Amino acid sequence: MDGIWFIAFVYLAAAVLAVPVANRLGLGSVLGYLIAGILIGPGLGLGLVGRETHDVQQVAEFGVVMMLFLVGLELEPQRLWEMRLRLLGLGGLQVGLTALLIAAGAVALGRYWGLALAIGLVFAMSSTAIVLQTLSEKGLTKTEGGRACFAVLLFQDIAVIAVLALIPLLARPGGWRDAAGNAAGGATAPSAHGAATLVAGLPDWGYALVVLGAIAAVVLGGHYLSRPLFRFIADSRLREVFTASALLLVIGTALLMTLVGLSPALGAFLAGVVLANSEFRHELQSAIEPFKGLLMGIFFITVGAGIDFGILFADYATVLGLTFGVMGLKAAVLLGLARLFRLPTGDRWLVALSLAQAGEFGFVLLAFCVQNAVIPTALARTLSLVVALSMLLTPALFILYERLIAPRLRTDADEPAPDTIDEQGAVVIAGIGRFGQVVNSLLVAAGVRTVVLDHRAEQIDLLRKLDIKSYYGDASRPDLLHAAGIAQARLFIVAIDDRDRAVEMVEYVRRTYPQVRILARAYDVGHMYLLKKAGADVALREVYHGSLSLGAAALRRLGFHPYKVERMTRAFRRHQSEGLDGMYDLWDQDPDIARNLALQAHIRAYVGSLQDALNADRRDLHDRTERGWTPPPKGFAQELDDEA
Amino acid sequence: MPSQAPVLSRGDGALAGRRILILFAHPSLDRSEANRPLAAAAAPLEGVTLVDLYAEYPTFEINVDREQARLLSHEVICFMHPLYWYSTPAILKEWQDLVLEHGFAYGIGAGALNGKLFFNALTAGGPQAAYCAAGYNHFTIRELLHPLEQMARLCGMVYLPPFALFGARTAMDEGRMPGHVADWVRVLVALREDRLDLTAALSRTTLNADLATLLRGA
Repeated sequence: MDGIWFIAFVYLAAAVLAVPVANRLGLGSVLGYLIAGILIGPGLGLGLVGRETHDVQQVAEFGVVMMLFLVGLELEPQRLWEMRLRLLGLGGLQVGLTALLIAAGAVALGRYWGLALAIGLVFAMSSTAIVLQTLSEKGLTKTEGGRACFAVLLFQDIAVIAVLALIPLLARPGGWRDAAGNAAGGATAPSAHGAATLVAGLPDWGYALVVLGAIAAVVLGGHYLSRPLFRFIADSRLREVFTASALLLVIGTALLMTLVGLSPALGAFLAGVVLANSEFRHELQSAIEPFKGLLMGIFFITVGAGIDFGILFADYATVLGLTFGVMGLKAAVLLGLARLFRLPTGDRWLVALSLAQAGEFGFVLLAFCVQNAVIPTALARTLSLVVALSMLLTPALFILYERLIAPRLRTDADEPAPDTIDEQGAVVIAGIGRFGQVVNSLLVAAGVRTVVLDHRAEQIDLLRKLDIKSYYGDASRPDLLHAAGIAQARLFIVAIDDRDRAVEMVEYVRRTYPQVRILARAYDVGHMYLLKKAGADVALREVYHGSLSLGAAALRRLGFHPYKVERMTRAFRRHQSEGLDGMYDLWDQDPDIARNLALQAHIRAYVGSLQDALNADRRDLHDRTERGWTPPPKGFAQELDDEA
Repeated sequence: MPSQAPVLSRGDGALAGRRILILFAHPSLDRSEANRPLAAAAAPLEGVTLVDLYAEYPTFEINVDREQARLLSHEVICFMHPLYWYSTPAILKEWQDLVLEHGFAYGIGAGALNGKLFFNALTAGGPQAAYCAAGYNHFTIRELLHPLEQMARLCGMVYLPPFALFGARTAMDEGRMPGHVADWVRVLVALREDRLDLTAALSRTTLNADLATLLRGA
């Protein structure tokens, strides 16, 4: 039963079964994972896993590191600077006020002040993992509330470092009876924080220098070394090597940060910010995203599996009271601060409800407190149950926000003016060769925000030199399309020259994102039909209009009057599109022209009618080219005169 | 507003001669029986610029700057066209809408067209008899052209009566074209050489009804 295969099977099976069901029920994937954890855990579930959850969790915590890397990728340095007020103000006040209020409560209950403050700091942290995952799942990341949440979470991640330094100072002189020795029995153990580091023996100034050096290495390396390296790897066209190098980047950064005693998540975040402007951003995103998702899922499962229901059943009044008390207090503080920072009403509630839980850093801090004899073990167990329960309740709060608060606010909030093209109006263009460039230029000139993807690194390089925003990556990959924002895009334009892949992309986007309109470049009529059948709203043959224009130029050189040429090309176009529309149904019955006799007959008739139309005497034309200016018959004046 | 009686610029260009801009509009030229020989006769004349608008702008994308420059470099402006529903073919309307801009052709400080001569050279399907109160068209040709006359007035131009061919559908079959083409050339040359009696012409219904009485000298 101990085999690694068995454990992997249990975790994956639980995730595969529980998450889609939870999603279908509108609970979100995080709650799905937590439930999966409870189901396989020792407390209420089948007891399939237990002892190893702690080891698994350490691996899974790496998911948080990856998530912060991805968060950093989304955040250009300039935007980070723009949010400094919220980061320090909102984040700082949230951590400070919450910690002090909870500590005051604990002191009122007769606890030692150091212990009380430690508890306050533990509960001040929220769950970056749950909140960011849920916000992005629900598409709330770009809202005011979502940004405020992110600022608070980021501040907390930074503050953890300071808190870890502070905790040893909070120990009661003399210590607890059951101090350090029992630390390993806690619900979780410390993660990489506090592990042996390179800087252990250094004096303070040396430590500061090493830390600064490490941060400089990440920033400078990310800025100057990563591009040539990624270009080199991209040119090799080995997808798995690119994935490996993306993982290497994140793991290397995390390792460096651990070695100098900083939070690996923070280091990864920094690396992400540095690479946010890189043309490889989307490619990196799509390489890391699946690992992050899987590791985060496992992390949530371990949280679910680690909930000690024994303590809950033994003293449910205290545990539930603490849980609701902490969440209520946190929500109240957040609500007040959100008001102070003038967030819109709906976003205030989003911030208050989504950050009301305690987070995974709570586990880390608790374990560290126990190690340092700041919190007794028994209390730590109860507290970590409170942390876990509050995390478990978070998806319910999101549902509360979505079902009760958001709909009510939507009705009275002023609808934003529809003339600005925001994230929702973006256009994703796949392929930026000769075809895509023209499309993109027109849209950009019209002020439309586009995201351009192409799988040729040298092409992207050239376009970037011309200030055309474009990203390297294979647009036929679903994850890359997702990273490019296809879910929020209004239009998807397929301008690649690979015929089969174009059809596949259209099919995929039509099926997965039915709300996105699709415009596609077709190679020929057969390809155009395939694209339309796959779900393209518009499919245009790539050389049709160009060749028609050249034909028109030829007719003009031959001495045809330019306006007559214009009318003839218009008639030709009309004849074509009517003919092609008529043929589609026949083609649909059997796309193989060689076998489709009805289609063959239709094509022959169509070609014949075109020739007739263009070769006929102009007075006999029935294709309407001349109908507009057919003069009245010679005797018309006489007729009119007779009538008058 | 240039509503006062415009000053006739007689003799201004006597030495070099007036330059004439013919803005020609026929959407189906290869079927034309009247306008084609008229255009063919006018094009080679000295001092005459003939612009085939449908050929130059087959998609109606009129180059406003080029057209305004053309107006500035000519003293006589002529709309030459078949009469379509008592007005010009569509492209001449588009031309008016785009080229005669406020601030250029009319409005405060505008005066680019002040004193220039304007007239229509048109071919009408109906016989002349139809163009009167008793005829089936109920109005004279000048009455029907009032919008164009007022356009010219507002732009400070001198509006001359139209050079008109009536019964144009049968003109060729009835052998009236050679005479009409000859009159057309005479009018253009007289305008160029300032031998057309503008004062007398102003009150006529058409320029060509009694052409000989309007021409001075040889």
